Amino acid sequence: MTAYLADECDVIVVGAGHAGCEAAMAAARLGFKTIVFAINLDSIAMMPCNPSIGGSSKGHLVREIDALGGEMGKNIDKTYIQTKMLNTGKGPAVYSLRAQADKNRYKDTMKQTMEQIPNLIIRQGEVTKLLTEGGAVSGVETSSGAMYKAKSVVLAAGTYLKARCLYGETIIESGPNGLKAATELSQSLMENGINLYRFKTGTPARIDSKTVDYSKMQIQHGDKDIVPFSFENKAEDIAREQVPCYLTYTNEKTHEIIKANLHRSPLYAGVIEGTGPRYCPSIEDKVVRFADKLQHQIFIEPEGENTNELYVQGMSSSLPEEVQVALYRTVPGLENCQFMRTAYAIEYDCIDATQLKLSLEFKAVRGLFGAGQFNGTSGYEEAAAQGLIAGINAVMYIKGEEPVILDRSDAYIGVLIDDIVTKGSKEPYRMMTSRAEYRLLLRQDNADQRLTPLGYKIGLISEERYQKFVEKERLVAEEKARINNTVVTPKEEVQQFLNENRSTPLKSGAKLCDLLKRPELSYEQLAVIDTKRPQLEREVWEQAALQIKYEGYIKQQLNQVEQFKKLEKRLLPENIDYSEVRGLRIEAMQKLNNIKPLSIGHASRIAGVSPADISVLLIHLEQLKGRHNG
Amino acid sequence: MKATSLDDIIAAISTPAGNGGIGIVRVSGNGCIDLANELFTGADLTKKESHTISFGYIKNPANNNVVDEVLVSIMRAPKTYTRDDVVEINCHGGTQACQKVLEVCVNAGARLAEQGEFTKRAFLNGRIDLTQAEAVIDIINAKTDLGRQSAVNQLEGSITKTVRDLRDTLLTAIATIEASIDYPEHDIEEETYDILRARATEILEKTQKLIDSADKGKIIREGISTVILGKPNVGKSSLLNYLLDEERAIVTDIPGTTRDTVEEFINIGGVPVKIVDTAGIRETHDTVEKIGVEKSKEYANKADLILMMADTSRSITDEDRQILDIIRNKKAIVILNKIDLPKEIDINEICDIVSKENIISVSAKDGTGMEELTKRLKEMFFGGEIELNNDILISNVRHQNSLFAAKNSLIKAIETINMCMPVDFVSMDLTEAYNHFGEITGDSVDDELLDRIFSQFCLGK
Repeated sequence: MTAYLADECDVIVVGAGHAGCEAAMAAARLGFKTIVFAINLDSIAMMPCNPSIGGSSKGHLVREIDALGGEMGKNIDKTYIQTKMLNTGKGPAVYSLRAQADKNRYKDTMKQTMEQIPNLIIRQGEVTKLLTEGGAVSGVETSSGAMYKAKSVVLAAGTYLKARCLYGETIIESGPNGLKAATELSQSLMENGINLYRFKTGTPARIDSKTVDYSKMQIQHGDKDIVPFSFENKAEDIAREQVPCYLTYTNEKTHEIIKANLHRSPLYAGVIEGTGPRYCPSIEDKVVRFADKLQHQIFIEPEGENTNELYVQGMSSSLPEEVQVALYRTVPGLENCQFMRTAYAIEYDCIDATQLKLSLEFKAVRGLFGAGQFNGTSGYEEAAAQGLIAGINAVMYIKGEEPVILDRSDAYIGVLIDDIVTKGSKEPYRMMTSRAEYRLLLRQDNADQRLTPLGYKIGLISEERYQKFVEKERLVAEEKARINNTVVTPKEEVQQFLNENRSTPLKSGAKLCDLLKRPELSYEQLAVIDTKRPQLEREVWEQAALQIKYEGYIKQQLNQVEQFKKLEKRLLPENIDYSEVRGLRIEAMQKLNNIKPLSIGHASRIAGVSPADISVLLIHLEQLKGRHNG
Repeated sequence: MKATSLDDIIAAISTPAGNGGIGIVRVSGNGCIDLANELFTGADLTKKESHTISFGYIKNPANNNVVDEVLVSIMRAPKTYTRDDVVEINCHGGTQACQKVLEVCVNAGARLAEQGEFTKRAFLNGRIDLTQAEAVIDIINAKTDLGRQSAVNQLEGSITKTVRDLRDTLLTAIATIEASIDYPEHDIEEETYDILRARATEILEKTQKLIDSADKGKIIREGISTVILGKPNVGKSSLLNYLLDEERAIVTDIPGTTRDTVEEFINIGGVPVKIVDTAGIRETHDTVEKIGVEKSKEYANKADLILMMADTSRSITDEDRQILDIIRNKKAIVILNKIDLPKEIDINEICDIVSKENIISVSAKDGTGMEELTKRLKEMFFGGEIELNNDILISNVRHQNSLFAAKNSLIKAIETINMCMPVDFVSMDLTEAYNHFGEITGDSVDDELLDRIFSQFCLGK
């Protein structure tokens, strides 16, 4: 085949899943000519697994993406069919938004949005080769021999690289959902010094709604008071009738069938080489690992309003098709269920993200970025978050400016990227709230405070939105000041109110803020005695109340962050040869040379680098400085 | 997470151990003058000019008791040794006063300085010349304690084990909370606040015990407090001499003790042992007679271990029975001496009081059986049978700091539970404590938590 020069642009994005879409849109919106490739344009922003966005910590990611000017939050607000705020009893840091999506509308809407962006070219095609010149990326080539020149490339190939889908003895060389796999790009990446690994994941079967008996299941409704994902949306503007989900359970019969057929699972038969995630176990994994559990939860989630397909959460499997059907039919309500799509496990090539810098640029190839499941993560939200950052940094690279790097105290996105780049991952990485050490500061409600000024500075937040944000901040500050300064006297109605709410009566006058800090009293309850309260939007008073109520805990984390920042600010030059730093232990030396940490703080998070090594590094830094000055 | 901080408040006794006219506790770091001021009565230190000395008292804020009468020097940044603010508290000489002052500083929020840390800061703040950098690295890489020998290393192993157990209990609690947060839709049985409180309290108590043992720093200074009891002429001094004549006898007298109740510090097979009232054993040949039964009882009550000596060549007498009575229900080894002579003793009476493995036959004269004694001592010590103040000893400064920090986090956790704050806040405090314990064991945090969550609960779609 003769290769030909097809086009030239600034940024190329390989893949148009959740990472690719954000990357492409960010780069194009920042004014750079961008081409995004998808193996099939009908799979843009496709949700090949569960039909939902958000959830614990993932919801935080979506809010952060939105606060920075990304698209995911807006898109799910347009296409959700049910939404819920989770964990509301467990503390403000872990409130998490989750929505069920109409899958088809989700992807169609995203594609339409992308089509409206002037600088963005959407192209169907399989990228087969990475083009480089002198250690820097220069473009890509597709299977039709078309060469596209670019200054920067974002790889967001998802689970498509050398993908194969498996169930029972059946092995299909394809990407998710029967889409074509990308069979050649892996080789080209390896030739450019990029190491590839093999991960696996899986998805349950889809069944036909008309064959399901819902009367045997528990119905699960969405919230009445909804919270949009996007800070730009108001609840009333996106309110709609919601669609319920259902809960049912497996039983001993189900488990018997699984145990009897385990040897036919490719995972247990050793056919699958890839490493799967523990947090996404197949039903056979659950039954084997938790043998004493008599039942497992199964959630029935509609895939959309205009389809009969149902997602059977909790039943992912790679057992043979006929075994799958039999075991699904043991579940109450699914006795007569008809399969529409079979459950399968999928294996694919991905990278160990320690090959990346914190900017998501490859250490080995300048101008080449990686994002999404290709980086060894899992989940739509994790992918989108990386895509957004990779897209932004592809532009920064072209502009010759400093990359945008969020740290662990800025955002879940920062935690995510720092984790995968610093520690790597032996299984697909899933975001979890427990990974964020400063999670009280990284709440889903304050993502705009944390990130919208940055999004504005980058150029993804419009002037109008930014001014709205500034105004909201002003109102929050005003209401906080009012609560802090309002005095409540121990008059009768106050004491009565306190008694009614099982709160200790006042002995003398108190500040309203002190009452708000009592665990048993909320801002809403205090309305009874807080008579001069101004009319405020919910997100304003909620923010003010929260900041006051948890002030002590917030301060405590802010102090920790201050310590953390001091070490983050001690930057380590990129060109240090750690084998020449006297006093480091060998293990630390090797790890440091491999990761090339950005700062002392970053170095301290590498497994195998001890506090003594950090002291040695600090001293080495001082020596360098001394040499420089002298 | 690792405990590396550049300007938190560090404190240490800066004068050499032992008896001196004065002792100095040096405190340095951001806010150290405020900290000292809170402990000091006599003047407002925050208003004092740099490089001035004030007279007054250090008080323990917990009970307002005077700890010591002191002179406090205030030195403000940057013209100080570390280039941060420095406070030097001149206490009365002797380890006691300094130790107490250091203790209140630590309770007020200072951290024990690591070996060479003042110098390290001086260097990092540009106070010390570059040529000294390598020396600083050597200090950092040097073993923390000079007395680190096999005994200490083995002890660290047992500390790690104890701390691992504490972490494990914590981890179960944290994993349960975190699993319920990260998988809200799963039916996870959550622990009630009562259970969480009980767990946290239990761990707090155990942590306090560890800290108590650390406070005494016994391993380096004292060892197992041991008393040798026996009627006249059973060979107490021969045993003592045998033990002392060996190469393994280390360390001389203990600072702060007077000459007439001399204690000898010896190392028996890696076990540090302090023998009480060696003077009494040496000077007279009839200890019990001289010091009397009451005194023997007193020693025995204070001691961690009693070595009772009996003479195999004589039958049991009332004197022996008196001593046996004293050692009843105490940690004791009965040493049957003089096995080189014909055996007369009937050990049945002894067997009623101590178990068989704690009866050891020796000849202090030629050393027969001493190996067995050593072996038994080691078993008792490392096997945890002998409890030193009930616990393991912490000798490493970093460990001590981590324990203090863990304790504070646990106290916060219990407060949070008592206020009925949402579980997330409880988890935050518990996780903090867990991280501090991890600094001791050197284990990484997040991997363990996830491992636990996924092994304990069946989660995922």
